[in-house]
Amino acid sequence: MLILSRKVDESIIIGDEILVSIVDIKGDQVKLGIQAPKDVKVYRQEVYEAIQQENLAAARTSADLPEIKRLSGKKRTKAQDTPDSGDTSQR
Amino acid sequence: MQVTTKPFGTIEVDERQKIHFPFGILGFEHLKWYVLLDASQAPFYWLQSMDDPEVAFVMIDPLVFRPDYRLEVVKEELQEIGVKEEDDILLFAIVTIPENQQLMSANLQGPVVINRGAKVGRQLISLNPNWKVKHFILEELAQVKDEAC
Repeated sequence: MLILSRKVDESIIIGDEILVSIVDIKGDQVKLGIQAPKDVKVYRQEVYEAIQQENLAAARTSADLPEIKRLSGKKRTKAQDTPDSGDTSQR
Repeated sequence: MQVTTKPFGTIEVDERQKIHFPFGILGFEHLKWYVLLDASQAPFYWLQSMDDPEVAFVMIDPLVFRPDYRLEVVKEELQEIGVKEEDDILLFAIVTIPENQQLMSANLQGPVVINRGAKVGRQLISLNPNWKVKHFILEELAQVKDEAC
């Protein structure tokens, strides 16, 4: 891993298009500014990993589902009731 | 079309239930095509991979147990699946059901959004830190009922 020392208002450039700046440092917290092309997604690592982990757990759910009886009477969207392509005017 | 599913075996599914996930689901980025099915148990849905019968997610409309839930995500990420206004979308949360089903939870931090006209879906990351990956559905549902009384 490359380790660089930077001060407030200094930056690093990754590749040709990604700029990471140190905006502020307060105690043990560093505020970063990130400039990247639209197709480069920037997420906090722990959030990204938490969702990934939760998806893996969700995929292990058995096919045998419980019924939430208190809700079964509620009106629900049918999976096949979505309008055809292009028809987004329906409210 | 015939689709082999985790909950129902091989079944006939209407073409209109086919949803493209160009970015996949986090952790399952290699799977891009799913079908949206009604579960036999309300109020759940199945998001079944067309490429891997073993990969299927249970989903719920988050408003069913959290009427205060709002989709707060990066606008560009919605535009990338063709969403122009909120009316275009179907909103879901992926449900995890452990052995003790009382502890079933929904992931409100990574909501699944489907552009219902274009049939394109995506899992997004909520910008609101109050929404977590584990919201216990029955517990929060009980709170909603209590408030209503």
